[in-house]
Amino acid sequence: MAEDRIAVYFCHCGSNIAGKVDVDKVVAWAAEQPNVAIAREYKYMCSDPGQDLIKEDIQQHGINRVVVAACSPTMHEPTFRKAAAAAGLNPYLLQMANVREHCSWVTVDKGEATEKAKRILNAQIHRLPFNEALDPIEVPVNPAVLVVGGGIAGIEAALKLAATGKKVYLVEKNPSIGGHMAMFDKTFPTLDCAACILTPKMSAAGKDPNIELMAYSEVVEVDGYVGNFKVKVKKKARFVNTDTCTGCAACLETCVVRKVPSEFDQGLGKRSAIYIPFPQAVPLRATIDAEKCLTLKGKKCKQPCVTSCGPGAIDFEQKDELVELEVGAIIMATGFELWDPGQDARYGYGRLDNVITSLEFERISNASGPTNGEIVCKNGEPPKSVAILHCIGSRDLNYQEHCSRVCCMYSLKFSHLIKEHLPDTEVYELYIDMRCFGKGYEEFYRRLMDEGVHMVRGRAAEVTDLAMSPEEEGRLIVKTEDTLLGIVRRIPADMVILSSGLAPAKDAKAVSQTFGFGCSGDGFFLERHPKLEPVSTITDGIFIAGCCQYPKDIPDTVAQAGAAAAGALALVDNPTVKVEPTISYIDPEKCAGCHICVGLCPHVAIRYNEELKVAEVITAACKGCGVCVAACGSNVPQQHGYLDNQIFAEIEGAMAF
Amino acid sequence: MRYLYYPGCSAEATGKAYDISTRALMGKLGVELVELDDWNCCGATSYFSVRELDSFAIAARNLAIAEKQGDEDLCVICNACYTTLAKTNRYMAESAEVREAVSGALGAVDRTYSGNKPVRHIMDVLVNDIGLEALGEKVTRRLTGLKVACYYGCQYSRPMGDFDDPEFPVTMDKFFQALGAEVITDFAGKAKCCGGMMMLTKEEGALRMCHELLKGAHDAGADVIVCACPLCEMNVEGYQPRVNKTFGTNFDMPVMYFTQLAGLAFGADPKQLAIDKQIVSCDRVVAAIPA
Ligand SMILES: Cc1cc2nc3c(=O)[nH]c(=O)nc-3n(C[C@H](O)[C@H](O)[C@H](O)COP(=O)(O)OP(=O)(O)OC[C@H]3O[C@@H](n4cnc5c(N)ncnc54)[C@H](O)[C@@H]3O)c2cc1C
Ligand code: SF4
Ligand code: SF4
Ligand code: SF4
Repeated sequence: MAEDRIAVYFCHCGSNIAGKVDVDKVVAWAAEQPNVAIAREYKYMCSDPGQDLIKEDIQQHGINRVVVAACSPTMHEPTFRKAAAAAGLNPYLLQMANVREHCSWVTVDKGEATEKAKRILNAQIHRLPFNEALDPIEVPVNPAVLVVGGGIAGIEAALKLAATGKKVYLVEKNPSIGGHMAMFDKTFPTLDCAACILTPKMSAAGKDPNIELMAYSEVVEVDGYVGNFKVKVKKKARFVNTDTCTGCAACLETCVVRKVPSEFDQGLGKRSAIYIPFPQAVPLRATIDAEKCLTLKGKKCKQPCVTSCGPGAIDFEQKDELVELEVGAIIMATGFELWDPGQDARYGYGRLDNVITSLEFERISNASGPTNGEIVCKNGEPPKSVAILHCIGSRDLNYQEHCSRVCCMYSLKFSHLIKEHLPDTEVYELYIDMRCFGKGYEEFYRRLMDEGVHMVRGRAAEVTDLAMSPEEEGRLIVKTEDTLLGIVRRIPADMVILSSGLAPAKDAKAVSQTFGFGCSGDGFFLERHPKLEPVSTITDGIFIAGCCQYPKDIPDTVAQAGAAAAGALALVDNPTVKVEPTISYIDPEKCAGCHICVGLCPHVAIRYNEELKVAEVITAACKGCGVCVAACGSNVPQQHGYLDNQIFAEIEGAMAF
Repeated sequence: MRYLYYPGCSAEATGKAYDISTRALMGKLGVELVELDDWNCCGATSYFSVRELDSFAIAARNLAIAEKQGDEDLCVICNACYTTLAKTNRYMAESAEVREAVSGALGAVDRTYSGNKPVRHIMDVLVNDIGLEALGEKVTRRLTGLKVACYYGCQYSRPMGDFDDPEFPVTMDKFFQALGAEVITDFAGKAKCCGGMMMLTKEEGALRMCHELLKGAHDAGADVIVCACPLCEMNVEGYQPRVNKTFGTNFDMPVMYFTQLAGLAFGADPKQLAIDKQIVSCDRVVAAIPA
C-alpha cells in the first residue's frame, strides 16, 4: 500500500473558530505530525476556493487522506467529501475534526481552546490511516409520500405532491382535517373568511385520487430509511363504517348523550357522543366517542343512533386497525398547541368568568360557532369593554422565551371584529411591542388605530375582579403599567382575551422520537439548518412544515409546505438514492451464533441463518446505529467507518499528550 | 417531630403574638421546636437592597448555626425571613461568587456552612409534613361557619414557589379548610403586597395597597383575615384607622396570625395564643367558633 499522505485544512470560519483558537500555532504543529504531508489554514473552507485547495492538493501533491478541522460534520461533511470525490479520492478517506461546536464555541479560554483543537485534530490524524475506501449503497426509492398532520400545512403539501402524480398518504389524528385554521372566522390581515379559503382545499384533499386520507389515525411505528420507510398507522375505531356513512348527521340529533364539550368549539359548545366535529368536516363522516357513548361504556342505551341511520353504518364491533405503509419520504406537519394560560395564575383563566383564550374568541366570533358569531359575555350580554392581552405565555422567561409571531396580528384581527360587531365597545390592546412583520401587516395595524382601538404599551400584570371604584364593580380589571404614559393603569373590561402563545404539541418530543429526529430547546421540531434547510430534518427523507417547526402565520406555513413538498419530490422522483455505507457486517467465521444481536437490533436488520448457524446483517435494513457492535460478547459485528481500530486510534490521538 | 426554630426579630417586638401562638400551636400538635442558638436578624429586604453579598453572609450565619446545632429542618414563621434564608441557599448553590463571599465571611467568625440546610416555611411543615388529613383529625374545635380570608402576602411563595404557586398560592386555604373554616378561596388580594416598609416612607402608597386588601376581604364577606407575616399583620391590622380616614371607609376587620386562629381549632385558649393583644378586637371571631 502506498504511504499515507495526509492533508490537514484548518478553517477559521470567519472569527467563529479563529477568534478563539490560535490557528497558526495549531497548523504549524499539525505540519510536524507523522503522515501529515500538508497543513493549511483558510478563512472559509466551505467556500469554492476552500474546496479547490483540497482538490488541488489531492491531484497535484498525491494526497490520499484528508482531515478538515472546521464545523460539525452534520453541517459540511457532505460538502468536503463531495470535493474529495471530485478530485478522485474516495470520500470516506476524508474526516472532519469538529473544532467549532466542540471547541471554539464552547471554550472560554483561548489557550485552552487551542490545546483542545490540537487534540480534536490529532484524533483524526491518528484515525485516518485506518480508514477504508467505501462506496455508497444505491437503493431503490419508493415514490409514495407520507404526510403527518392535516392542518393547512399538511393539506397544502399533500395537494402539491398529488398534483405531480405521486401517491400521498395524509394521516390526521382528529376525525377531520383542517387543523386550527378551520376554527377561525376571518384571517389577518386581509380578513378573508377562513372557511372560504380553507374548505375548498380540504375537500380537494378529500377527493384527490392520489391522496389516501387517513383521518382519526396515528403513526405508531416508523422503520427503514430514506427512500424506503416502513410505517405502521393505527386507524382508530370510529364505530361507524366510513364506506357506508353518508355524513347526513341524522344520528347526531338522536344520540342520548348530548352534553359533551365540543373540542372544536373549545368547550364552549356541546356535541353528542356520536359526532361530526363541524359541518365542513373532511371526511364528512360520523365518529362515536368511545369514552362517552353509553353502549361502548357497557351501559344501557336504546341506540337511537342505529335506528336513525339510514344506511346502517353504525358498527359497535369495529376495532382499531393497524395499517402498514411503505413510502420514500415523510413530511411532518403536526402543528402547534395553544399555550394553556391557566399556568399563569395572574390572569385568572379558569377562575374568573369572561377571561377567555384567543381560540375561544375565534369560536365566539365565528358565525358557525357556539354563539352564532354574537360577541357576548357568559351572561349573554355584549361586552362594553374588551381588553386583549398580548404575549401570554410568550416572551416570558418563566414559560416560553420565544415570540409566538402571530398573536399581535390575530389580536388586531380581534379588535377589528369587535369594532365591526359592536362599534360602541371600547377595545384595549395591551402589548409589549407590536410585531406586525408581514406583507400588509403594518398597514392593518394603522387601520386599527383609525378604527379607534386603544393601544396600551405594557404587559398586563394581572386580571382581578376586586373593584376599587363604582365603575369597576362587577367587571374585570386589568392592571398594567402604561409605559408610554408612565403610569399604572386599571382598565375595566367585561371580557378579557388572553392572546396565548403557540406551544409545541405536548407529544412533540415523543412523536419526534418515533420518527427519529429531534426537537430544539423550545420544544418545536428541529430543522437541519435554521436558514438554509428549514424544512429538512437531521434524518434524510423526513421533512417538516408549518407550526410544528416554529410559530408562523398561514402565508409562511403554506410557503413552507410547498418547500417541504418540493424537497420530498426531489427525493421520490428519482428511481434510486445513495445511502451511507457505514453499516454493520458480521464475519460468519467468527460469529458464535448466540442470537444476542438478533433481538437487540432496533431495525430488525439482523436475521439468523439457520443453515450456517450464524447471524447475518440485512444490508438494506441496517441503519448503522451500532447497537449490535456494542452488544456482541465476542466483538464480532463491526461497523464500516467506525471499526474498532479506527475508534481506538482516535482515542489514542486525543489522549496522545 | 422536631424542628429547629428561627423566630426572626419581629417575633421579639411587633410580632410577639406570632411567636407565642406558634409555640402554643405546635405544642398542641406535638411538634417540638428547638430555638436556634444565638440567631441574628435575617436582614430581610432592607440589607439586600443595600449590599447584597453582605446580606447573604448575614443570613448564612443563621444557617451555619443551624447546621451545627442539629439535623432537623429549620422552620421559619415570617415570610421575609423565609424568603431571605431560602434565597441564600439558592444563591449559594447557583453562584460561586456568593459561595466564596459567604464562606469567607463565615470563616472570619470561625463558622462554616455547606449551603444545604433545608429552610421550611411553617405552613409547608404543617401541610406537607403533618398533612391535612392528620391535622383534620386533631382538630378539637372546628372553625365551622367562619369565613376566613387567607392573606399570604407577597413573599410567601415568591419568587421561587418552592411549596406553592408564586402568584396564586393555595396551601393556607387548604389548611383552614381542613380545620373546618369556610375559606374565601378566590380572595383576590391573597398574594398582594401590603406595602411593607413603604408604610414608613410613602404612606399614601402603602395605605392604598392595604385598602385594596381590606376591601377585597370585606366585600367577600370575610369574618377575619389571617396572616403569615408580622409586617403584613401590622400593616393590615394597625393601619385600618388611617385607611378609613384616607378612603372614607369603615373597616373594623379582625386580623390574626394564622397560628392564632389555628391554635383555637386545636384547643388552645385565646390568652395562650395572645389573641387579647390584637389591636382590632377578635372577640367576635372567638365567639363565632362553635364550642
Ligand atoms: C387564535 C389564533 C388565530 C390565528 N389567526 C391567524 C390568522 O388570522 N392568519 C394567519 O395567517 N394565521 C393565524 N394563526 C396562525 C395559524 O393558526 C397557523 O399558521 C396555522 O394553523 C399553522 O398550520 P399547521 O398546519 O402548521 O398547524 P395546525 O393548524 O396546528 O394543524 C396541525 C394538524 O396536525 C394534526 N396533528 C397533530 N399531531 C398529530 C399527530 N401526531 N399525528 C397526526 N396528526 C397530528 C392536528 O390535529 C392538526 O389537524 C392564528 C393562530 C391562533 C392561535
Ligand atoms: S353514521 Fe349514519 S347517520 Fe351518522 S352521519 Fe353516518 S350515515 Fe348519517
Ligand atoms: S349508542 Fe347511545 S350513546 Fe352511543 S352514540 Fe348511539 S345514541 Fe349515543
Ligand atoms: S407576536 Fe406579539 S403578542 Fe405574540 S408573542 Fe410576539 S410580541 Fe407577543
